[in-house]
Amino acid sequence: MTVQELPGAAAAYRPTPPPAWQPRTDPAPLLPDPEPYRVLGTEAAAGADPELLLRLYAELVRGRRYNAQATALTKQGRLAVYPSTTGQEACEVAAALALQEQDWLFPSYRDTLAAVARGLDPVQALTLLRGDWHTGYDPHEHRIAPLCTPLATQLPHAVGLAHAARLKGDDVVALAMVGDGGTSEGDFHEALNFAAVWKAPVVFLVQNNGFAISVPLAKQTAAPSLAHKAVGYGMPGRLVDGNDVAAVHEVLSDAMSRARRGGGPTLIEAITYRIEAHTNADDATRYRGDNEVETWRQHDPIQLLERELTERGLLDDDAKQAAADAAEVMAAALRERMNADPALDPMDLFAHVYAEQTTQLREQAALLRAELDAEGEAR
Amino acid sequence: MTTAAVKPATMAQALQRAMRDAMAEDPTVHVMGEDVGTLGGVFRVTDGLAKEFGDDRCTDTPLAEAGILGTAVGMAMYGLRPVVEMQFDAFAYPAFEQLISHVARMRNRTRGGTPLPITVRVPYGGGIGGVEHHSDSSEAYYMATPGLHVVMPATVDDAYGLLRAAIASDDPVVFLEPKRLYWSKAQWSPEAPTAVEPIGKAVVRRSGRSATLITYGPSVPVCMEAAEAAAAEGWDLEVVDLRSLVPFDDETVCASVRRTGRAVVVHESNGFGGPGGEIAARVTERCFHHLEAPVLRVAGFDIPYPPPMLERHHLPGVDRVLDAVARLQWEAES
Repeated sequence: MTVQELPGAAAAYRPTPPPAWQPRTDPAPLLPDPEPYRVLGTEAAAGADPELLLRLYAELVRGRRYNAQATALTKQGRLAVYPSTTGQEACEVAAALALQEQDWLFPSYRDTLAAVARGLDPVQALTLLRGDWHTGYDPHEHRIAPLCTPLATQLPHAVGLAHAARLKGDDVVALAMVGDGGTSEGDFHEALNFAAVWKAPVVFLVQNNGFAISVPLAKQTAAPSLAHKAVGYGMPGRLVDGNDVAAVHEVLSDAMSRARRGGGPTLIEAITYRIEAHTNADDATRYRGDNEVETWRQHDPIQLLERELTERGLLDDDAKQAAADAAEVMAAALRERMNADPALDPMDLFAHVYAEQTTQLREQAALLRAELDAEGEAR
Repeated sequence: MTTAAVKPATMAQALQRAMRDAMAEDPTVHVMGEDVGTLGGVFRVTDGLAKEFGDDRCTDTPLAEAGILGTAVGMAMYGLRPVVEMQFDAFAYPAFEQLISHVARMRNRTRGGTPLPITVRVPYGGGIGGVEHHSDSSEAYYMATPGLHVVMPATVDDAYGLLRAAIASDDPVVFLEPKRLYWSKAQWSPEAPTAVEPIGKAVVRRSGRSATLITYGPSVPVCMEAAEAAAAEGWDLEVVDLRSLVPFDDETVCASVRRTGRAVVVHESNGFGGPGGEIAARVTERCFHHLEAPVLRVAGFDIPYPPPMLERHHLPGVDRVLDAVARLQWEAES
């Protein structure tokens, strides 16, 4: 029954939508292009800076070796766990290199490589995964937030930091990294909403690597793409080929420049693939086939760039060997340092709970001290 | 020393003044939350702050508690001192992951590299006729999480002094504001406000020799009234206002119990798994030989917070406290 059919309502009632019902902005400019942006193998590659491409290449090769070494350390029991980014190195490396010195990186637990590519000591970057202290570095020294294990909870931190920097008039952009699974979390929504409302200088990079442990994207979201989610917050969404390091770097750099100019946040979805299992505790054969993995191996980020550089005469066998050698040196040093047992001070358990220890913690510290002394005497 | 005007002030006014003074002294102090700006908060505790300091210093945020606290973490990482409001106790629950997984442990996980000076203001507790989700006593959740300070004022003086101390603290403080005391008044001087005391000191509100009532927040006035009533029956009760659950002032509490030999813990949150169990255990461990009777607890019932029409049966009142005091005559009964 319509309004007009109601008894007595026949004559005058003409509902008009109140003003709030009008679209506030045209969503079209915010929508991502349906095709992921690509540079390598396209005409756009001609515009890419050769020096940057070579730097990215060296970092990719080093990153791949780092992933392999860290995975090996897990098998040797030197790391409690390592979530590999093999196959995703382009996103990790591009993220680190798109940042300026004063910018901040907010990594998820899978983004150790991004932190290393930003210049963090590889051993310091691995303390969490080694079972040593939770964060092995001073976040302020490197402007890298602690690796974040809960999903998407670091995203609002990035927004708050970027907002605070802007309030102080500082030229700082925060880059927040999250996986496809993390986009289902409430904190993802709240972070994007706050960022857009505050026009915070923050860039969200979603690495869509196909699976949240075992759950494929189709069971994670019904959205046309993860980048589409941006429209609902009033920020632009961009889709990029996550294995094309030049494309990821360009899209990230554009978004960061925009944020720097006061243009507000951007949501970027990089489409990539996790070649290895979620971690060493995961059996990936239970939820995906070899064919799928093989297809993605054919779209490898290092090979894509190598092909481009070789065709343009920028990379010969000697240069490739030099990159491989440099990566090997890094891996050997990492292996050697990780094979030394870290010396932890048990008394540190009480050192950083509060700025000033409570009476209770002082008592507990005394108890542990006595236990340690007794152990020492028994030895 | 100038004599400042002393006049009646409410706890809400003292809290507002604490934020205002902190903001005036320190440009890094930022107040944020839902409705804290233009409206001045639903309890008017942030009244006038946006007008005086601007929207960037007193910010109406989107309606999202995890987002409010989560962005405050990032702001604190960049050197600000956020004071966030959770509006009502049960509204804070969406922010628990941020509170527990990040706020409480950021100092620890970064080995002191990233302390978070965040004050989380939570209007809490019952007795104002609030509908469901507006009257919870959530202190046990907070005190179970290492890394947080848990503070609750019971007087106008403490509202000012403790909030100033909380904002000045380099550690996160969950600051629980007893809603039903917002409009309680005291003679108070806004021009020469209370001294700011370090967090973690309990205070003896009333001296007595027969037994100690250990309490905090909204139950302090109840215990003071009970102590007056008990005097008529020959009980000389001491009332200890904890003011802070974390850190816990064992010294003041135990010194009192050793003097009196008897203790009742009084709070309005539920008894099972509540703060009273922890307090009773601490007192027993430290004062066993001084005790003439078991440490008793007077708490809210172990039920979800009741509807307003029934809350008077749930909240511990003077009579229930006096009944417990009567049960402290342990030797006579056993």
